[in-house]
Amino acid sequence: MDGFIHQIFSGIATGGIYASVALALVMIYQSTHHVNFAQGEMATFSTFIAYTLIQAGVPYWVALAATFVISFAMGVAIERIFLRPMANAPELSSVGVFIGLLLIYTSVSGWIFGYTIKTFPTPFDTGHPMLGGYVSGHELGATAVTLVMLVSIYAFFRFTRLGLAMRAAAYNPVSSRLVGVRVGWMLALGWGLAAGIGSIAGCMVAPIVFLDPNMMAGILLYAFAGALLGGITNPLGAVLGGFAVGVIENIGGAYLVGTELKLTMALVIIIAVLTVKPSGLLGKTVQSRV
Amino acid sequence: MTTLTEARSVRTGMPTLDVKDLHAAYGLIRVLHGISFVVDAGGITALLGANGAGKTTTLRAVCGMVRTEGQIQLNGTRIEGRPTEDIVRQGVAHVPDGRGTFMELTVEENMRLGSYTRYDKDVEGDRERMFGYFPKLKERYRQQAGTLSGGEQQMLAIARALLLRPKLLLLDEPSFGLAPLIVKGIFEIMQRINVEEKVSILLVEQNASLALKIADRAYLLETGRIVFSGPAAEIRQDENIRRSYLGY
Repeated sequence: MDGFIHQIFSGIATGGIYASVALALVMIYQSTHHVNFAQGEMATFSTFIAYTLIQAGVPYWVALAATFVISFAMGVAIERIFLRPMANAPELSSVGVFIGLLLIYTSVSGWIFGYTIKTFPTPFDTGHPMLGGYVSGHELGATAVTLVMLVSIYAFFRFTRLGLAMRAAAYNPVSSRLVGVRVGWMLALGWGLAAGIGSIAGCMVAPIVFLDPNMMAGILLYAFAGALLGGITNPLGAVLGGFAVGVIENIGGAYLVGTELKLTMALVIIIAVLTVKPSGLLGKTVQSRV
Repeated sequence: MTTLTEARSVRTGMPTLDVKDLHAAYGLIRVLHGISFVVDAGGITALLGANGAGKTTTLRAVCGMVRTEGQIQLNGTRIEGRPTEDIVRQGVAHVPDGRGTFMELTVEENMRLGSYTRYDKDVEGDRERMFGYFPKLKERYRQQAGTLSGGEQQMLAIARALLLRPKLLLLDEPSFGLAPLIVKGIFEIMQRINVEEKVSILLVEQNASLALKIADRAYLLETGRIVFSGPAAEIRQDENIRRSYLGY
């Protein structure tokens, strides 16, 4: 029983990471109707930046904040430089750009920072198990950081003028222009925010899975499964889906399929959702005229 | 409160909108073939014509939503070729066909988006005034806009446009799909808005008799060309035009 509860707790901890990356995916999906395959690799690159800063002696939290800002700027730049010219291009062109970005990011990460696996520091106390031994200090801390980030992002979208404009631009770009919203910039800010969220998720997961250029490859799959499970058109659904996938993955890995086959669970979830309920648990059904 | 006649008599020489030799095309399909028209300061200009005459395209052209050639002046400033967002920020509010409601957002958020470009202190007061014109919006304030009826969405679209504090209001078929009684109410309020908000209006309407009642100037469009123009009262009197073009 203790083991079971432990699995649930650490499932929630990794679920928070999936939830963050799922949210990043959904934010870009909502405004562009594309899944950014490079989201994970962008996060890995950001994590390397944080690693470099921390190695250079920058305090952990300052490094984390700086990484968020740098990643945000890189996200904006990528939208402006690579995605904007694709605005009216056919779907496959955008997919091509995403795959290209994925390859470029992985290679550049390896080229600059090397392929050797690195241990990534955590600011949390890892010596003593917390909550009666069910969860490590890092898992608890990472979950807290993730939750604070998710709540801040919710508050930003719900209560600020800019957040409202970004939502409007995603829902209805034509009407948004007609009230004076600069839709192109809103898309770029969305990319920046998604990249920033990814960078925090990367830094939170790196102490668990260790840092190397392919660190996020598997995580992106889980996040994608989470986004689909919750509904890729619904940010809240994606977050809940991310947490759910974390728990399912951990329990399934411990009791059903074993740790080696964990990743298959993500694929099973993806296929199950697409066959049974393609809109996800909270997503809305997309109807299109044929 | 100024009366209609007083408001019209203070009209100055410069029109709010002055369009000269406007061409527009969707890809290779040319829709407008050199039309010229004005909207007087404080006036209501009606753009009439059958389906496919180019009325909606004309409004879209003024907002920079289609590629155009020709000259468009807003209060003497050239605005053609500018991005839509910039034209809107210059004071052009467009209530598009289909009303452009943000269905997923609440009425409140729709109205907040209307004043998105404004940072002045009068926004609150303006919002209250909109509730004066359209009390229904106050009742529905926290509701998702997609749940509103067609008439309520039209009211929301007009309120959202006015919250921009525009110099020029473009209205595309405000009567579309609405019950006659609701249309009558909306047209009465538009007349009030024209005077009280000091906004010039360019009105596109299929319902010509209704449009000619509130307009002071009208243009008749046929397949992208203006075939007749003049004071609204004159067109209303003209049997031939009424029968051959307006169908009532």
